[in-house]
Amino acid sequence: MGLTPRPDHRVVEYNPSSQEGWVASRLDFLVNWGRANSLWPMPFGTACCAIEFMATAASRFDLARFGMERMSFSPRQADVLICAGRVPFKLAPVIRRIWQQMPQPKWAIAMGACASTGNIFDNYAVVQGIDTIIPVDVYVPGCPPRPEGLMYGIMMLQEKVMRERMSDVVIRNEMEPDPKSQLYIPAPTIDELSEPFGNSVHQTRSGL
Amino acid sequence: MTAPFDIAHAGSANKGSDAPATPRNVPNRGGAPNPSAADLKAKFGTAIRRVDVVWGETNVYVAPEAALDIIRWLHDDASQQYDYLVDVTAVEYRDLEQPIEVVWHLRSLPYRRFLRVKAQLTKNRPLEIPSVWSIYKSADWLERECFDMFGITFVGHPDLRRILMWEQYREGFPLRKDFPLRGRFSRAEQLRQALAANPEARYSMEELTIADAFEDLPTDMRQRLRGGERTGE
Repeated sequence: MGLTPRPDHRVVEYNPSSQEGWVASRLDFLVNWGRANSLWPMPFGTACCAIEFMATAASRFDLARFGMERMSFSPRQADVLICAGRVPFKLAPVIRRIWQQMPQPKWAIAMGACASTGNIFDNYAVVQGIDTIIPVDVYVPGCPPRPEGLMYGIMMLQEKVMRERMSDVVIRNEMEPDPKSQLYIPAPTIDELSEPFGNSVHQTRSGL
Repeated sequence: MTAPFDIAHAGSANKGSDAPATPRNVPNRGGAPNPSAADLKAKFGTAIRRVDVVWGETNVYVAPEAALDIIRWLHDDASQQYDYLVDVTAVEYRDLEQPIEVVWHLRSLPYRRFLRVKAQLTKNRPLEIPSVWSIYKSADWLERECFDMFGITFVGHPDLRRILMWEQYREGFPLRKDFPLRGRFSRAEQLRQALAANPEARYSMEELTIADAFEDLPTDMRQRLRGGERTGE
């Protein structure tokens, strides 16, 4: 009776002269903005850094502010691998496989001194920095880093994500390790990366 | 309904005073030895090489060839009842002349006693010692760790292989004094060997839960498992 007919929303009116309801942007800005603010972390916690990581995820520091509240314990639904803690050689093939299972685009954060360099564990059992196994985007120093430190690293990673360009053809290429040795950087480089520094200079390789 | 196991009551074999007492003013060396030491001397004679009391704890040095009999007696005899194997480990001294010691930490819950049994192995012959797995099932992983770190062969162990390092580890025994802290190979070589390991091939089928479902598996799979095949291979 007195009802006005509903407007038909299936019809989209397009009036280029009115600028209402329209935003022009670069596509890669939009994509990067979406990616940077919904990084799903794959937590690889092996030591005390994982405790600080848990604190970062909990309510006081609240990783959810970065769109990261969804811990992806399956690598196949993860965007960023956060390696929190030292990695022994026995875990090297494990973290390598987890990294290979993650779909592109993917990033890695080495959280803490052990994951970044091996820290004081310059011994027979510990990998001297996970960058000898997988490519790392952000290194977070500290032993362990405070949650603020990790968040700063995450914000640096977000900045890195925002700077990516789709026209860059190599940026999303999967790094394939050498099929024979399974190393993805040359052996002399690994030896050089693992050179002792700091306190470990005074240790001798020969033992007795 | 009977209990599936005998419940151990600490101090139950001590008549009269079975209340635990905190030791005070314990001297570094000397003091009253564990009564088991005198019993061991009376029973085994020269196989008991030496008895020390250090910080109130009794160390008994035994002959390696008699170690199994001694520990079995300590476990079985009603006057000892060492029913708990706390640890099996080894000690190598910086002085290379010194023998390697294998150490068993034994505890008797009924008597509230602690005893440390040591056997010395000279270095110029194979490091072999009888396994106590037939007495204490908990010795399984403890002896594996000791083998992994020191290279001591526990004769009679059912499954003596590395437990901490991966099975293909070739650099030696890390806790030995002649082992360099950073290992024998270069970092790149260590990494290459570590990455070559299959992360899923570290456990035998028996250790995995699939062992429970063994009878339900297809025939061909059962045959492959019987042949000792490892997972992931």
